[in-house]
Amino acid sequence: MVAGDTDNVVIRIRGLVNGFGGTIVHDHVDLDVIRGEVLGVVGGSGSGKSVLLRSIIGLNKPLSGSIKVFGQETAEIDSEDFKGLQLRWGVLFQEGALFSSQTVAQNIQVPMRRWTHMSQSLMDELAAMKLSLVGLPEDSAKKFPSELSGGMKKRAGLARALALDPELLFLDEPTSGLDPISAAQFDELVSNLQKSLGLTVFMVTHDLDTLRATTDRIAVLVNKKITVGTIKTLMHDPDPWIHEYFSGVRGRAALEA
Amino acid sequence: MRNLTPAVKVESPATLRLEQRGRGVRLVLGGDWLVSEASRLDTELHALRFADAREAEIDGSAIALLDSAGVWLVVRTKRDLEAKGLKITKFAIPEHYAALLETLERDHTAPPVEHPPRPLLQDRLERIGRGTVHGFRQAYDMTGFLGRVAVETVEAVVAPRRELPFPAFIHQLEETGLTALPIVGLLAFLLGIVLAYQGADQLKRFGAQIYTIDFLGVGFLRELGGLVTAIIVAGRSGSAFTAQIGTMRVNEETDAMQTIGLNIAEVLVLPRVLGLVIALPLLTFYADVVGLIGGMVMTYFHLGITIPAFIRELQGAITVKTLMVGLVKAPVFAFVIALVGCFEGMRVERNAASVGKLTTRSVVESIFLIIALDAMFSVLFSVLGI
Repeated sequence: MVAGDTDNVVIRIRGLVNGFGGTIVHDHVDLDVIRGEVLGVVGGSGSGKSVLLRSIIGLNKPLSGSIKVFGQETAEIDSEDFKGLQLRWGVLFQEGALFSSQTVAQNIQVPMRRWTHMSQSLMDELAAMKLSLVGLPEDSAKKFPSELSGGMKKRAGLARALALDPELLFLDEPTSGLDPISAAQFDELVSNLQKSLGLTVFMVTHDLDTLRATTDRIAVLVNKKITVGTIKTLMHDPDPWIHEYFSGVRGRAALEA
Repeated sequence: MRNLTPAVKVESPATLRLEQRGRGVRLVLGGDWLVSEASRLDTELHALRFADAREAEIDGSAIALLDSAGVWLVVRTKRDLEAKGLKITKFAIPEHYAALLETLERDHTAPPVEHPPRPLLQDRLERIGRGTVHGFRQAYDMTGFLGRVAVETVEAVVAPRRELPFPAFIHQLEETGLTALPIVGLLAFLLGIVLAYQGADQLKRFGAQIYTIDFLGVGFLRELGGLVTAIIVAGRSGSAFTAQIGTMRVNEETDAMQTIGLNIAEVLVLPRVLGLVIALPLLTFYADVVGLIGGMVMTYFHLGITIPAFIRELQGAITVKTLMVGLVKAPVFAFVIALVGCFEGMRVERNAASVGKLTTRSVVESIFLIIALDAMFSVLFSVLGI
């Protein structure tokens, strides 16, 4: 599925090829992410979901192809013209990737310190606000990442990703490793934030509940290619893996719930 | 054969009995067929001889306990017999193990795990070749990293784009300098004693024991003080740099930095390089002083040279230049240690084993480079006549 309206396309991928040591992971992949949508990315283990995410945010250099975020090529994250993109996106890594030598509040303030000239007291206020936004108690601001549970780390990571009010949010398996109740709460949180802040969300996930609860469209990585659709259309997809994924025992249980 | 005591106490040991019945054989199994018994059973099963038997019965109905290793031995025996052309006329194990048996019979058809063959000469040669290429590539990469850090350092000091990460720099200064004082001091003191003792022992034979102080002063200030301090710091701080940055890579913290727009060279490498470049010369000076005190203590007790006499002799033996020749090397050593430590840290892959491997490599490499550089300095100084 390729959108016609260029202004509304936040991420535009054309002919992306990725591979390591002779194995091709993505073979001329095209994908558009449209402003304001939540796109879920699924695929089997080793199908290159994370590689796709890392390519988009410039952490992995593709073999060929073009990736444009807000109309800007992202091939080289260290280059000068890349600057400014980091202001407009936030990334939540799988385990939160909080800076372990800094407190949660300091973590949230890292992007602020990097890109703005706010006073310390304003940054403290904003950090506290972000913490309440992601549902963390006030006293967690002074804690170090090692003192937080897995779910709290993810929330703190989300708060840091939202530090500069980005337009685009990347989530790498946001609910993996969480118990079902925390996962459901996290889904709800992402949904609410997406609506209230008008975010575009690119989410790599394995969680069928998350897919059902939060996503508008789903991109499935199968056989080095991407198939995009909604849960309804994908359930009737001829590809056996996609069919099994959405219509298998777990799939049906989650989607019919 | 070794008789291993089973880790799990077996209630009733496994039994195995072979009965001949004309052209048929009957295997009667009993007791606990558990993994703790597997070694003995394996030997016994392999020792069985079936001669010219055509038919076989496996009767395991008397087995009390069975685990997957036990079932495997039974299944394997059955398959072996079938492969030898025997007909299995009866195969019985207790009813409640039927599901386990079925799972193994159905799903396990793979041959035993094969170990890679021992490397041949050709493979070894290939490894040497690969290692050589890898070594050159590493040197190439490190040169690139050196250039980047050098540019970054000069830029940060001469024309800072942002304020320097000052707290991080102070933190590194404390971590690499201040906290190293006890160990550096202790080792320098002991080394001073050793050096003075050896010098005194040799020079006494010529009645020239007073020159122990010259030997000590020149040797320690020019060479040993700086070298020993650098080696201690390479082991202490170089390894810490690799482990710290490596752990951050495993934890995706460095990735997060890049997506936020932080320059890793500036945030992680620069404070460490600058911190160590300042800390190591100070540590070296401290080691020089403590080492001389060690030597002084030794000469006082061993040769009976008083402290004023020691100082007077020392004044004649060394000049500020002697001290400076030693100290001038310290920033270079520091730069190498920090550079190698950070470089190897950045190469850590996303697994914990990689952190340990590269930390070891970082220490070995920086110590090697320190000694090689020290040798080069010696040649340079002798050419320059310093």
